[in-house]
Amino acid sequence: MKGNFIDNLPKVYGIYTGGFIGFIIIMAIAEQMGMTAKAIGIAFVAFTVFIYALIGWLSRTAQADAYYVAGRQVPTVFNGMATAADWMSGASFVAMAGGIYFKGYGYMALLVGWTGGYVLVASLLAPYLRKFGCYTVPDFIGTRYGGNLARFSAVVVLTVASFTYVTAQINATGTIASVALDIPFQYAVYVGLISILLCSMLGGMRGVTWTQVAQYIVLIIAYLLPVFWISNKMGAGFFPHFMLADEVARIGELEQQFGFVKNAAADLKSVPKGLAGITKAHSAVNATPWAFISLALAMMMGTASLPHVMMRYFTTPSVKAARKSVGWSLFFIFLLYSSAPMLATLSKLSLIDPNLPTGIIGKTFAEVEAIDWYQNWNQANLMFISDFNGNGTLELNEFFMGGKAVVLATPEIAGLPYVISGLVAAGGMAAAMSTADGLILAIANAISHDVYYKIIDPKAETAKRLLVARVLLVVIGFAGATIAAMEIQGILGSVIWAFDFAMSGLFFPLVLGVWWKRANRQGAVAGMLGGLAAGAWYLVWVRTGGSGFLGITQLTFGIFGSAVSLVLMVIVSLMTAEPDKATQKMVDDVRVPSGKSILGRSH
Amino acid sequence: MSNQQKHWEKTRGLLFITLAIWFVFSIGIFLFGAEMNEVTGPFGYPWTYWFTCQGSLGAFVILIFWFANRQEKIDEEFGFSEREDE
Repeated sequence: MKGNFIDNLPKVYGIYTGGFIGFIIIMAIAEQMGMTAKAIGIAFVAFTVFIYALIGWLSRTAQADAYYVAGRQVPTVFNGMATAADWMSGASFVAMAGGIYFKGYGYMALLVGWTGGYVLVASLLAPYLRKFGCYTVPDFIGTRYGGNLARFSAVVVLTVASFTYVTAQINATGTIASVALDIPFQYAVYVGLISILLCSMLGGMRGVTWTQVAQYIVLIIAYLLPVFWISNKMGAGFFPHFMLADEVARIGELEQQFGFVKNAAADLKSVPKGLAGITKAHSAVNATPWAFISLALAMMMGTASLPHVMMRYFTTPSVKAARKSVGWSLFFIFLLYSSAPMLATLSKLSLIDPNLPTGIIGKTFAEVEAIDWYQNWNQANLMFISDFNGNGTLELNEFFMGGKAVVLATPEIAGLPYVISGLVAAGGMAAAMSTADGLILAIANAISHDVYYKIIDPKAETAKRLLVARVLLVVIGFAGATIAAMEIQGILGSVIWAFDFAMSGLFFPLVLGVWWKRANRQGAVAGMLGGLAAGAWYLVWVRTGGSGFLGITQLTFGIFGSAVSLVLMVIVSLMTAEPDKATQKMVDDVRVPSGKSILGRSH
Repeated sequence: MSNQQKHWEKTRGLLFITLAIWFVFSIGIFLFGAEMNEVTGPFGYPWTYWFTCQGSLGAFVILIFWFANRQEKIDEEFGFSEREDE
C-alpha cells in the first residue's frame, strides 16, 4: 500500500488539483446564484482545512523514521513543493507584495535574499546533512561535535529562532481565520492552531509532508490566478511577468507628475495605525548598495540556518535527490516570488492612474467615498483617505493603505468576482499553516529527540518517544498561540528576526562542521552560544536607542552575530585539541555521497 | 593523493565556482544598482529592477540545477555515486 502511494503520487495530487479547481468553479457558480461573500469565504477555508486534516489523519504513523523524516522516501519534486510551502509563510503570501508596493527596491532585497539562500543550502549543507542521516539539525551538531552541551546549544538556538518565527505564523492563521470565519481574533488564533495540529500530530513529518504538498498547490493557484486575471482584465499583458515594462514606466511617470509630498506630522497622526502612503519610488534604486546587500546577505545566511527548512532535505531517498530537491524547492518558490512584484505593480497602477477606471487619485473625495470596495476596506481598517490640503480632490499623499491590502483587496478593486477573494483567503491560510506546521514540528522534534531521547532517557521505547514528541507538539503550539494572541509585533518584523537569530547561532557551526575538519566541540559551543548572545545583544541595543555600527540594523543583526560566531569558533577550535580520529573519519565519510549514512536508519 | 582526497578537491573547486556565480547575482550586481538601473534590460524593464524581480531569482534556480548535475558527474568520476534507489 505504501509503495503504491509513492508511485501514485502524481496521480493522487493530480486528482486533488483537479478537485480543487472543480471546487473553485462550483463556488463561482454558487456566487452567481446568490451565495453570500461570507458563506464563500467560510466554505473555502473550511473545505481546504478539512482536506489537510484528512491527509494528516491518513498519514498517521507509529514508526520513528516515518514520524521524524517521513520514512526518507519523498521524491525530489514533491519534496520541492513541500519545502516551498514550508518556506513561504503567511508573510510571503500576504505581506510581501505589500512591502514591494510601499518600499520598492530597498524591500526587494528580501526577494533576492530569500531565494539566493538556497544556493548556500544546496552547495554547503543539504546533501551532507542528508548523508549524515540525522533526524534533526541538533542531531547533526550533537553527533559531529559530540557531547550533550553541543547538542543542547543547538536546540537552544533552534528554539529561539523557530519560536520567534512560529508566533508570527499562528498570528497570520488567526488573522485569516478571523476574517474568513468572522470570529474574534482571540478565538480565531486557536482555531488556526487546531487546524495546524491536525496536520502534524498523528503523522509527524510524514503528515506534514503530504499536507504541505497539498497546501502548496492551493497557495500557488491562489496567488497566480488573480495576478494573471487582473493583468488581462486591465489589458496590461497576457503574461504579466514579461509584459509589464510599460506599466512600470507609467508608474514612474505618475510619480514624477504627482511628486512625493511630505505630510505634516500632525496630519499623519490622524492616519490609523499600520496604514502607509506611497512615499518611495516604485522601480528606482532607493537604497544604498550596503543597505540592500546587507539585508539580502542576512536573509541568505539565515535561510541556510533555519532548521525547519533544512530538515525537509532529510526526507529525500538519497543525497543526489537532496541536491536536486533544493533546485525544485527554489523553482516552486520562484513561481510565487517573481509574481509578487508584478502584483504590486498592477495594484499600484490600478489605484493611482487617473486614466484607468479604477484609479482614485485625482477623483473628488465624495466620489472615492462612494465606491463599494473603498467602503469595505476602509471598514476593515486597511484603507484611509483624508483631505489634508482641503482642495477636495484626492492626492497621492492623501491615500493610505495597509500592506495586506495589496494581496487581499486588489482582486476586488480590479472587479474580479468574490470567489477569487475567497480563494486568496484559502491560499493565505495554506501558506501560514504549512510554515507553522514545519516550525512547530522542528521545535518539538528537537526537544523530543535531542533533549528527551538523546540526553534524558536514551533507553526510551519508540512508542514513548513518539508520545513525548506529540505532547510537546501540542504544548509548543499552545505556547505559540498564547503569545500570538497577545499581538506583540507585526508579522514581517518577527520573521526577519528569526532569520537573524538562526544565522547568528547556527550558520557557521553547521557549515564548518562539514567544511572544516579541525572544528571541534569547544569551538562549536562557543560559536553557537556566543553568536546567539552577540546577535541578541545587538538587537536589544539597537531597539533601546543604540546607534549601531557599520549600518547594521535591527533587521540585519545576524551579520554581527554570525561574525562573532565565526571568530569565536575559529579561535576556540584552534586553541583546543583537534577532534579525535573517529570524528575526522566521520567528516570524511559525510563528504562522500555513497555508502551508509553516519547514523543508522532508526536511531 | 587518495581517491577520496581527489574527489573532495574537485568538490571544493565546484563549490568555489558555484559561490562565485552566487556572489555575482546576489551581491556583485547590486554594488552598481543605481548605475545599472539607468539602462533598459530584458522585456523593457530597467536592469536592476529586472534582476530583483526575476533575473537573480531565476539565475539561482538554474545555478542549483547546474551545480547538482556537475556534482553528480564528479561523484560518478570517482565511483562515489549512489546506487539508483529512486
